[in-house]
Amino acid sequence: MAILLTKDTRVLVQGFTGRIGSFHAQEMMDYGTRVVGGVTPGKGGSNHLGVPVFNTVKGAVAETGAEASIVFVPPPFAADAIMEAADAGIRYCTCVTDGIPAQDMMRVKRYMRRYKSEMRMRLTGPNCAGTITPGQAMMGIMPGSIYMPGRVGIVGRSGTLGYEAASQMKARGIGVSTSVGIGGDPINGSSFRDILELFEADPDTDAVVMIGEIGGPQEAEAAHWAAEHMTKPLMAYVAGLSAPKGKVMGHAGAIVSAFGESAQEKVDIIRELGHAIVPHPAAFGETAEAILSGNKVAA
Amino acid sequence: MDIHEYQAKELLATRGLRMPRGGLAYSPEQAAYRATEIGGDRWVVKAQVHSGARGKAGGIILCDSDTEVAEAAEKLLGQRLVTAQTGPQGKLINRLYIEETVRIDKELYLGFVLDRKEERIIVIASSAGGMEIEQIAADAPDSMVRASVDPGVGMREFQAREIAFGLGLDGAVIGKTVDTILACYRAFRDFDASMLEINPLVVSGNEVIALDAKMSFDENALFRRPEISELRDKSQEDPRETFASDRGLSYVSLDGDIGCIINGAGLAMATMDMIKIAGGEPANFLDIGGGASPDRVAKSFRAVLADKKVKVILVNIFAGINRCDWVAEGVVKALSEVGVECPLIVRLSGTKVEEGKRILAEKAPTVTVADTLKEAAEAAVAALQSVERNAA
Repeated sequence: MAILLTKDTRVLVQGFTGRIGSFHAQEMMDYGTRVVGGVTPGKGGSNHLGVPVFNTVKGAVAETGAEASIVFVPPPFAADAIMEAADAGIRYCTCVTDGIPAQDMMRVKRYMRRYKSEMRMRLTGPNCAGTITPGQAMMGIMPGSIYMPGRVGIVGRSGTLGYEAASQMKARGIGVSTSVGIGGDPINGSSFRDILELFEADPDTDAVVMIGEIGGPQEAEAAHWAAEHMTKPLMAYVAGLSAPKGKVMGHAGAIVSAFGESAQEKVDIIRELGHAIVPHPAAFGETAEAILSGNKVAA
Repeated sequence: MDIHEYQAKELLATRGLRMPRGGLAYSPEQAAYRATEIGGDRWVVKAQVHSGARGKAGGIILCDSDTEVAEAAEKLLGQRLVTAQTGPQGKLINRLYIEETVRIDKELYLGFVLDRKEERIIVIASSAGGMEIEQIAADAPDSMVRASVDPGVGMREFQAREIAFGLGLDGAVIGKTVDTILACYRAFRDFDASMLEINPLVVSGNEVIALDAKMSFDENALFRRPEISELRDKSQEDPRETFASDRGLSYVSLDGDIGCIINGAGLAMATMDMIKIAGGEPANFLDIGGGASPDRVAKSFRAVLADKKVKVILVNIFAGINRCDWVAEGVVKALSEVGVECPLIVRLSGTKVEEGKRILAEKAPTVTVADTLKEAAEAAVAALQSVERNAA
């Protein structure tokens, strides 16, 4: 059954009729995703790509029973779009938009907490490639063809580095249960730990690859949680060994500003907690292969 | 985005903060004139560069006459100030801030930052002002007082009061300290700051005065803060990084000699790591972003080649939202228009990879094509070694 997304999930596209939204919505449909409609305020009542367009997320949910939503709305309006989804009863939302102000994301996170936990929307991103359950459905901008269905979960900040990992695994015949992008921003909807919890509970996932990078405390936190609570093997890669302190490396969140935030410090913490380390970015495939065959990986 | 001390003080003054009287100067004559205008018999001449730790680096000079002010200005203007934070190349001093001196009874530290763990604005204050915050945390952790602001309701007055009393202040200045803290919070919130630091904040008689001010801003929010965007001073940035960011590229210059052109921040960092593991050193971080046109790819070659250290270029693209054929066209365009003299290694993967490889084979046969990340990094290091052998 994978996590977050299956072939049965009814998906809504926010920012549906724009150039980017249209292109990726079509790709998602072609992959087999059950896209039931889209939202573009002011264009409600029309049809686009063969499905209805709605003015509001509430209206779309009422008509289509949508459970999940993907946000392609531009940065000035994206926080509002996420809050609208949370209020309309969407259960899972992924936000692709890059460039949302940090204080807007702070308010989004605070806003989501107003709902009881059983009613609360789960958010991944922003500034991520989305989520794919290979062979079933895709909510994102990734090239679907590089993923093979299988039993290894992937969670990462970076889109293209996630593609690198998935394609190395495919080259060795290793498939993916679900791949989740949590995004490159300093404040994101779900943390590594949140997604590891889902993979741990998923009967279709046997092992997890965590792809981190410099900046922030999340990789270490997740590794601590996994050491205590995870029964499935975890392997981790942290990008940015050669990144200098105090410089933003492309992602707003990729900056070493405190102790414990450099790639080497994170790798040391994760290794000490007993998890496998993917030693370099060309070793995702071989590390996953070794872990799945039950071999001890040299940490 | 960083701004200068005098700019931060102007912004904070609009929210009601008290500062010493001061004025900006671009020349020694102007500096002396400012001193006379301000009045008094003692001034500080402060180099305006985007860096802390200016005092230790000689960027802040105490003067007792307008002649001394002019001399200090003469000495500083046009120099590059090298501080603990600027790197060895330092930062150009092209403006000065002249300020009156005030009596200091107590020096405090006051800082605001967006905390990633709590996902909130947090406030840190200390009675051990004047030192860097890292040093306070190491040497006087007990002096630190902290508050975390709920984004739903904003900072409450009681939180500012707790900080003021926590700093060991007494009756007369409590109210003014509370006002100062709340004013800083509002400035942080209203201008979409990512960092605000008043160090030191001083108690002078019955007044609370900001002797220094430092602010940085969330670049993602600049679209709605035109008044902040205007404060950008390009002379304080690496010119290569400015060139790239003006063209929609994300670029950071580094110390090595293998130029990198990559899509995606994570893959860019990973490719730099792979170069290092293969025995080389990356010259830069460069992310061409999503949906890059052939033109944007060609421009990225210009940005990389502006760095004269570059001896080899490695292009690594894993196209999802990008297209390998466009990237290949961009490489061809760069070869003919930009002129790439050095060895070039290209690795393409993902969307339209076959078309991309065909374009390279037909129109750019001198390019070394690699299939995997590992091959690409190893080919780049091998090419570098051969360039160095030929030069020797």
